Amino acid sequence: MKTVLRSFAIPLVQALVVLMFLAWLSAGKAHAAIEMHQFDNPVLQKRYDSLTAALRCPKCQNQAIGDSDSPIAGDMRQNVADLLKDGRSDSEIQNFMVARFGEYVLYNPRLDGRTWLLWGGPAVLILLGLLVVTLIVRARRRARVRALDADEQARLSALLATHRQSIDEQPGDEQPGAGQHTAKERS
Amino acid sequence: MNVRRLVLFVPLVVVVGLGAFLYQRLDDDPYARDSALLSRPFPEFSLSTLSDPQARLDASLLKGQVSLVNVWGEWCPTCKHEMPQLLDLASRGVHMVGVDYKDTRAKGRQFLEEFGNPFSVNLFDPDGTLGFDLGVYGAPETFLVDAEGVIRYHHTGYIRPEDVRDVILPTLERIAKPATDAASMPDEEASS
Repeated sequence: MKTVLRSFAIPLVQALVVLMFLAWLSAGKAHAAIEMHQFDNPVLQKRYDSLTAALRCPKCQNQAIGDSDSPIAGDMRQNVADLLKDGRSDSEIQNFMVARFGEYVLYNPRLDGRTWLLWGGPAVLILLGLLVVTLIVRARRRARVRALDADEQARLSALLATHRQSIDEQPGDEQPGAGQHTAKERS
Repeated sequence: MNVRRLVLFVPLVVVVGLGAFLYQRLDDDPYARDSALLSRPFPEFSLSTLSDPQARLDASLLKGQVSLVNVWGEWCPTCKHEMPQLLDLASRGVHMVGVDYKDTRAKGRQFLEEFGNPFSVNLFDPDGTLGFDLGVYGAPETFLVDAEGVIRYHHTGYIRPEDVRDVILPTLERIAKPATDAASMPDEEASS
């Protein structure tokens, strides 16, 4: 029984390993299909890499132009390379793309009338959280130092009276009585 | 006490509200984009035509009348399905300009022979430079350009027969209007 299982399991595992290796190979190929411009100047190369990673391919749902093999992403990479060689700044290149494909292409949207909530939201939420925590803490502190109302005062005096009475009757029972006394006061 | 109880419902209200907001956005077309070209002049270009490699046309082609500019290519299957709608628009007297995008002359000409030619002129854009300046990231895409050469409408993708009736024709009418309005209202004419 065991040997039968083994004779099936081992080829299966081998087949899986081969399949995974093939998948890895083809993934490598798909990546190689994306033509990235190579600069001699390392500064330009770095700017090119970061720009192509931060510009979003308009044809794709969620891929940077440096990560997509769609034709439009290739055209955009070519334009980024040409503009870099032309001596344009990063923001000029971003403006160039936004003028054609809209704000959609920026992975880091700019701060403007439509995006202030996006950028300001986290800060507003943190402030709101701090406010809520402060309010809760202060409310609790106030509740702790609150004076007893008339009803509670009456109950306290009654308890103290019975307590004193019990001390008078049984002088040896002082310790547990004191403990009870503080516990009641706290609640 | 009652107020404190009500405060406990605040997170629930927030979550339900957020859920409703996100649920409503679920119906949005993920391929819909705001066009960056609206209300902007049609980009400058200098291209030959599909029929004449020696010709040189520029953006002045689009001045003086309302035009429909359609970006197409032989390689684009949807463009074939869109041709009947474009032929319909052409038969209604719309000034139609084609942009043969990332294509070869032979294939582009063959396409028009097979599926009909609604265009009064076809710009030949083999490298996609005009397409790039138009923010085109696929084909078909369609622009409506007013008589001043300003882009007033951008349609990404297939124009369905009902789009002609519901969107394209009303928009063309709206774009054409200011000229007639200006004629009846001297104030506006002076300001433009």
